[in-house]
Parts: sequence; C-alpha cells; structure tokens
Amino acid sequence: MARKLLLEHINVPGIHTLDVYRQKGGYRAVEKALKTLSPDEVVEEVKKSGLRGRGGAGFPTGMKWSFLAKPEGVARYLVCNADESEPGTFKDRYLMTHIPHALIEGMIVASFALGANTSYIYVRGEMMPQIRILERAIAEAKNAGFLGKNILGSGYDLELYVQPGGGAYICGEETALLESLEGKRGNPRIKPPFPAIAGLYGCPTVVNNVESIAAVVPIINDGGDEYAKVGIGRSTGTKLISASGNLVRPGVYEIELGLPVEEFIYSDEYCGGIANGKRLKATVAGGSSVPVLPANLTLKLANGEPRLMSYESLSEGGFATGTMMGSGGFIAFDEDQCIVRNTWNFARFYHHESCGQCSPCREGTGWMEKVLHRLEYGHGKMSDIDLLVDVSKKIEGNTICPLGDAAAWPVASAIRHFRDEFEWHVKEPVKSLDTNYGLANYAEPIAKAEVTTGN
Amino acid sequence: MSDKVKVTIDGITVEVEPGTSILNAARQIGGDIVPPAMCYYSKLEGSGGKCRTCIVKVSKGSEKDPRPMPKLVASCRTTVMDGMEVQNITSPEVIEARSGVVEMLLINHPLDCPVCDQAGECDLQNLGYEHGLQKTRYEFERRTFERIDIGDKIQLHMNRCILCYRCVFTADQITNKRVHGILNRGDHSEISTYIQTAVDNDFSGNVIDVCPVGALTDRTFRFRNRVWFTKPIDAHRDCPTCSGKVTLWYKGEDVLRVTARKDIYGEVEEFICNTCRFDKKKTADWTIEHPTHISDASVIASNHYETLMPLPVIQNNQKLQQANQVELEKTAKF
Repeated sequence: MARKLLLEHINVPGIHTLDVYRQKGGYRAVEKALKTLSPDEVVEEVKKSGLRGRGGAGFPTGMKWSFLAKPEGVARYLVCNADESEPGTFKDRYLMTHIPHALIEGMIVASFALGANTSYIYVRGEMMPQIRILERAIAEAKNAGFLGKNILGSGYDLELYVQPGGGAYICGEETALLESLEGKRGNPRIKPPFPAIAGLYGCPTVVNNVESIAAVVPIINDGGDEYAKVGIGRSTGTKLISASGNLVRPGVYEIELGLPVEEFIYSDEYCGGIANGKRLKATVAGGSSVPVLPANLTLKLANGEPRLMSYESLSEGGFATGTMMGSGGFIAFDEDQCIVRNTWNFARFYHHESCGQCSPCREGTGWMEKVLHRLEYGHGKMSDIDLLVDVSKKIEGNTICPLGDAAAWPVASAIRHFRDEFEWHVKEPVKSLDTNYGLANYAEPIAKAEVTTGN
Repeated sequence: MSDKVKVTIDGITVEVEPGTSILNAARQIGGDIVPPAMCYYSKLEGSGGKCRTCIVKVSKGSEKDPRPMPKLVASCRTTVMDGMEVQNITSPEVIEARSGVVEMLLINHPLDCPVCDQAGECDLQNLGYEHGLQKTRYEFERRTFERIDIGDKIQLHMNRCILCYRCVFTADQITNKRVHGILNRGDHSEISTYIQTAVDNDFSGNVIDVCPVGALTDRTFRFRNRVWFTKPIDAHRDCPTCSGKVTLWYKGEDVLRVTARKDIYGEVEEFICNTCRFDKKKTADWTIEHPTHISDASVIASNHYETLMPLPVIQNNQKLQQANQVELEKTAKF
C-alpha cells in the first residue's frame, strides 16, 4: 500500500469535524509552526520539500513564496485558488468536501509563513455545498482559537474568508481570480507586474492551489526533507489524481509521484483497468488542457521505457510524444470513443469560457469549435485538418493568459496523434455519424508509434 | 545621460527614459519599425495588451540577463531594459504571428467598408491592407448584434467592434461612475452602456475618436460623406469646457463634422467637449489655423489641398486668404 499524506484519514467517520480531525493529529502543524518556527523557517521547509504547485503549472511552491515582495507597511495576502473547473479535474472539491480542515490548517501555516493577516479561499460558485462546509469548518477553527486574534498565544492574527466565485473557468487564472475577488470582471491582468509584487488590491499576493496548501501540513509535520523522500527526482511527494472516463473504478486517488502509468490504470489498488473489458485507446493525463496521447505513448515513452506519473516523465518527449502533469485530471478513453468528438467537446468548452479580452483566443477558440463541429457532423473537408493546426499555432503563445495555450494544445495534439481518425471522418461522412473509428493502431507497440509521430 | 536605458529595435539603437514601453521607444525612432497598435492609447491609463497586433520578439532580455524572452510579447505593455534587443519587422516569426492576429480580428468583422463611415481612416482597414490575406479562410456566419443608439449623438455598431476596450477606458476616465463596459464573454462579448442612454457627459463624444474601427460613429455625420471627399482643417475656438483645439472636416463650404486633432498614430492630442464636436458646425464659430497634415499614405491625402488648390471657403474669404498667404504662394508655385 502506497504512502498517503493527504488522504490518510479520509475514511475515518466524521473527519470533516474539528474534534475527529484533531484526534487524528490535526492542527499539529499549526502548533509546531506558530510555536517553534519562524516564518522564514516555514518557507525554508517548503523549499526543502521540493513541493511543486498542484494547480497545473508545477512551479515550485517554496520558490513562489520566497519571491513575495515584503515592503514595509503594506498588507500581504494569501489567496487559495479553489476555482477548480477544468473538465476532468475534481480533486480539490473532494478534498474540501471530506477533509476541509486540512485546507484550513494549511492556510493558517502558509499565511503565517507569508506574513498575511487576511487570507481568502476563492471557491468556484457552483460548489455551494463545499462553501458551506468550509464556512462551518472555519467557524469551528475560530472557536477553537486557531483563527482570529493572537492564535495560540503566538501574537499572530489571521482572518480567513471564503469567497464564492461567479462560476467562470477563467477565474482559475490567478490574476483573473484576483480581479474577480476585487469585485471586477474576471479578466486576466497583463503581466508584469506579477501578483507577488502587485496582486490583490495592489498588494503582494501569493495564489496557491488547494492541494498545494494542504500539502504544507505534512511538510511541516514531518519536515521538508522527509517529504522530499517521497516521490521521484524533482517530483516530490504525493499527488491527488482525479481519474475519470472508461475506468472500472474512477475516483480521486492519492499516488506517490513516480508510479508507473500502467500500474495506475490497471492495478486493483487504483483504477482497476478499463471498464467492460474493452481496451484503452487514449488518455488525457492532466485535465482537458494538456495534450491527448494514444494508448501506446501513454504507457511507454518513445524509447520504450515505462512512463511514470511524475512531472518529468509525463512531459518526456516534449509535445511530439509527451503530455503534461497539469492538474491531475486523468481521463481514459476506451476503444469505442471518438477522438474527434472529444476534441470538439473540449474546444466547445474553451470557446464558451474564453474571456474575450485578447483577440487570438476570443476569435480563435470559436473558429476551432466551428471547424471541429463541422468535422464531427460529417461536413468536413480535408483542408480543415491543416486549418485547425494553423489556427491552433496562431493562438498558442500569443495570448495574455494560458487559456489560449490550453485551448490550442488539445486540438494540436489530437491531430498530431490521431490524424487518420480525422481523415476518416472526412472520407466517411455518413458512416462516421453512427460508428467510430475504433482502436486502429493506437495501442500497438511503440515501434509503430515512432513512425506515426516522427513527422 | 546615465539614467537613460539603451534599447535596440530592428538594429536601430535609441536611448529612452526607464519605464518606457517598447512601443513608445519604437515611436521615438519612428518609421516602419513602429509596431501597429489597435488597443493601446497613450492618453488612456491601463489600455493596451489586448489586441496582440503589437507583438514583438525580444531576442535579448537585457544587459544583465541576456536570455531571450520565451514568447512574443505585447510591446505596448512591456517595459524596456538596458541593453534589450527587439526584433519587429526583421523577424519572420513576428510577421507571421501578426498576420495571424489580423486574420483573427477580421473573422468576425463584417467587412462592410463600402457602407462604413470609418472607411478611409480606419486602423483595421490599414492593418488589413498591410498584413491580411486577400481571401478569408473563415466559412461560418459572423456574429451579429443589433445597432444601439447611445444618446442622440453616438451610435454603437457592435458588429464592427474589435473589443479594444479603448472606449471603456475613456468612459472610465471622464466620469466617476461606471457607465460603459463589457457584457458577456468570449466572442459574444459586447460593449454596452446597459441602459442605452446612460452616457450623459460633456466628453462622451470622445469615444468616437478613440474607436479604431467604425463601431462608434457620430450620428451627426453618419452617411453624410466619405472621409476622403472631405478636407480637414485645424481650427480653434474659445471653449469654456475644453481646449477648443479641433479639426474641422469640410466639404465645399460646409463643416460636416468636428473631431479632435489626431497625431500620426491616430491618437487624439486633447479630448474635446460635446459642444465643440456636435453643435459648432459653422465656419463662423471657429478661428481657422491651417490645413491638417495628412500622411501621404492615407486615402484622405489623395486630393488634399495641401498640394492642390485652396478650398472654396478660403477662395471666397478675404481674411482667410491673408491668413493663408504663405500656403497659397507655395501652392501657386506647383
């Protein structure tokens, strides 16, 4: 049984209440940090742990904290990004529903490390039950003296607020989140300045994912060095993976980074294989924004070695044969799924969620969606495939925020790896409406894959 | 001079104040290397960064950190560093990306230039000529909106809008109340006042001048004439609310419209009030200064009197002839 750091006590009844959480060793990290460590020592521990941001970009959390500007007499803020809305990702919602005190404990320690006296948890508007759970948990923590003035007699004050969002995917982008938190339209800001210099209300701000903040708790409890021993290479610790799609047991799993992808999909401890005895066709390894991979490249690297669930191994091979860890939304497609339809579905999502601020993303996402719709419904042309590649290239890298990239990558990668399926949709417009292309050669051994992806 | 920073754009070095944006540094050099800007407006705080037409490549970050920037950057919102090297028209990557942006800007634009009042002085039209393809690859229905009248003087034609947000910043700047903004998101976004007649301000007419396309037009000039048939003349009057420095657009002896004076980048020099813009349309209201300089590249210059005969209004007026003596002698030589 692999080591669990975040979800160790998830099955204990009543773990969402403060009493049970404390019985299981909760709020030890707060006591340890506030009574024995200085803020800089907490940051140092997180740096040593090698914890990388769990929200998608994978930027080292300790480094992000040390970049925070600390001018005299200016408030600093910690904002927790709980605006989880990527298709395929639902790990933060699970964590907040079942073990809300882990997040609150992490928020207290992280706010202490950053010297923030007011912190916010920005929760996606659709997650009303989770907002209520968090508010109840905050009230409990406040009654027990973990929040408010002079916490545990250390002289440190902290107020924690939960802010419901309006339900826009774009507000998960950190600067759009800050705009939304300030009560404005959730448009991403133009960087620089980065939030570490001028964030919420123009003050230095750190924005972290729910899971990153919760992971601070085991780091402080056991020490950064101990945490760094879990995992592989520069991918340290454990990661929550939200597995969905055609799996026997979809759900949220905590894995040690470095677990082979094959074991994650097929072992009984995790997803238990592909549902209904079918075969794996493709996966999206880290939420809808990352490139989609065929089955052969999911399980093995281009050189034939097994692919592991870690930041490095998943991105091995760049965009030609690799993908990204992203936010850990693992989606599996079986042999009966249509990649064209799925790509259209993702494109539709990004078209709907583009904020409309910068032109390549505003116009390009709609264009890709319309072309993919045409391909899926049998009105496509052969030239559409190259057109899609060209449009996605024009969007990628030319936008204010990463939503443009996130919209372009799934389309570009789907065409890169599944071009024959797109071509089949053009050649067989009537047949493609009620049958699927099937597995084709996407699960065949890697030698074949090198030929198809080498161009 | 030590506090100035050195930046090289397309091989031309210029020294600028620290904190200047790449775009403004390029404007100090001038000429072809100035990136086009559809949304940036130097008079409006916070504008820029949205249209992405001004993207450039930073091939050397600075003297201290010579690494190139990983992505193309928006030159209007990137400040220069000492020793920075920038590629604009010398980089094929930039040209390609920019034509991509122009294509994106045009896919939902109605391209109704033949009936658009802005034609002839439209930034998007110029950009399209320079960078656009001759044929569109977009084969779908374009988004459409109903036309909206903002008050009795301004009309909003959302179909043509490229969402540069300039008018939003203008409206924010001239009033304390938020009266003008964006509704919806993505390609359904629309500029709106929400309650259509809400913009009630002495300076509201300036949204017409800042609009780079024909989305916001002057209802007192709508369909009256094509801009290239009109003759611009700089004039001024003693105005209690604004500087009173304007450009009058003449057709024959009639003033067809009044706008603020614009520089070579299409930006107004000073905002003017609605009284000057909409109500003072007689030559008698104004003191004529001199013909407005129009770039030779503009269609308005095609039969501009700077090189041709003086206007009828000047021919018939003794005073004006005296005032324009030097100009007239110059034209007589040709």
